[in-house]
Amino acid sequence: MLRKRIIPIVLLDGFSVLKTINFKQRRNLGSPITVARTYNTRNVDELVLLDIDATKQGRAIDKFTISEIAQDCFMPLTVGGGISSIKDIQDLLTRGADKVAINSYVIEKPSFIKEASSIFGSQCIVVSVDVIEEEGKFYIFSRGEINRNLELIYWIKHAEELGAGELLINNVTRDGMMEGGGVELAALVASSVSIPVIYVGGISCPEDAALIGRTDVSAVGISSIFHFTDYTPNDCRVALAKANIPVR
Amino acid sequence: MLKIVDLQVGNIGSVIKAVKFLGVDYELITTPEQLVGASKIILPGVGSFASASEKMFTSGFNEAFDEQVLTLKVPVLGICVGMQLLANQGVEGGSHKGLGYIDASVERINSFDRTLTVPHMGWNDVNGKELTLFDGIENESCFYFVHSYAMRITNSQGLDIAFTDYGEDVVAYVRNDNIHGAQFHPEKSQSVGLRFLRNFIELC
Repeated sequence: MLRKRIIPIVLLDGFSVLKTINFKQRRNLGSPITVARTYNTRNVDELVLLDIDATKQGRAIDKFTISEIAQDCFMPLTVGGGISSIKDIQDLLTRGADKVAINSYVIEKPSFIKEASSIFGSQCIVVSVDVIEEEGKFYIFSRGEINRNLELIYWIKHAEELGAGELLINNVTRDGMMEGGGVELAALVASSVSIPVIYVGGISCPEDAALIGRTDVSAVGISSIFHFTDYTPNDCRVALAKANIPVR
Repeated sequence: MLKIVDLQVGNIGSVIKAVKFLGVDYELITTPEQLVGASKIILPGVGSFASASEKMFTSGFNEAFDEQVLTLKVPVLGICVGMQLLANQGVEGGSHKGLGYIDASVERINSFDRTLTVPHMGWNDVNGKELTLFDGIENESCFYFVHSYAMRITNSQGLDIAFTDYGEDVVAYVRNDNIHGAQFHPEKSQSVGLRFLRNFIELC
């Protein structure tokens, strides 16, 4: 039986690992290479690395960092940040990434999903979507503001049709709040598409991870609690297992 | 020497990294002539069946494989699309020829069950304990899969097969004599995957 994945999400500002709140307030947590190495020794299911300043600064994520991290990493590695060309993807895959996450660029140029997936295969192309919860409704958040012209469910279905192999849903409203994940958002997205969905945002303890794990998502992405509490990815796996959700 | 075949239709860096980590000498090859003299062959697979098949048959690699694998009985391990290429044919991106070493065709995973999430992506357990390549690997150990197409075996006589459960029995590993195929990615499957690769290198 396919296991639900627990995926540490590592956010970078180009050089250092960050913890964010609502994608705004930040704390610096040191070298991404050290952080990734720790996760590797903890035998995690997978790792996602996102450079959250790359797009804003008009550059792609640093390739040397990826090479270093991929060096002794024998698990799937997804990398995102500032990707806007086939060459960006090629470079990251050559450096050891298995999948790339693309966000802002494909909102402006959806056909890039099709182009990239036809070259590298769907399994390699993760479409990342930042979501704001507002009065029980969900909106796409892009380039620092709510995008009211693009409806969330329309967009994720369209991304699937264009060849996205997986969705990475970041709940910006719950980011770093440590108040629990958005179960409703996770369930809604996972039931709208038939590609795997990774839900990220708001998990404050292993039991929160299990609540998300009960929905049809394929994976729960977690960032803050691995940095600021004693909880490990394995604690989350145990919580899911207790809730009768298959984990590795 | 162990030869790793690069059909140049995708990135095979992680297979090389894993073999390096195991401390094994290898040669990365890109032309059929270089296959001569192999003690073992790994055929990694990324990209689509169509592009890999096209490369295999236009480059003449198919003849070099027949010589090494069928005539000289050199052990070969196909991984993911590399495993699928061992079948008679595949339907991804139109109907394309495979090497025909396993009596099978490669078809879309959810052709029967439309509710399944595709690709089959993530960790799933494989029960292959009594098989050579699973030596030292416990039953129910999980390996990392990522694929939308799977091998459907039409004649299983003489084959060793290990399945994984994804809506139906999906072929995770198949062996026909000196020919091995893994649908999962051992190079992405942490320590059990490294053990599987080491078993191929040391025990075959």
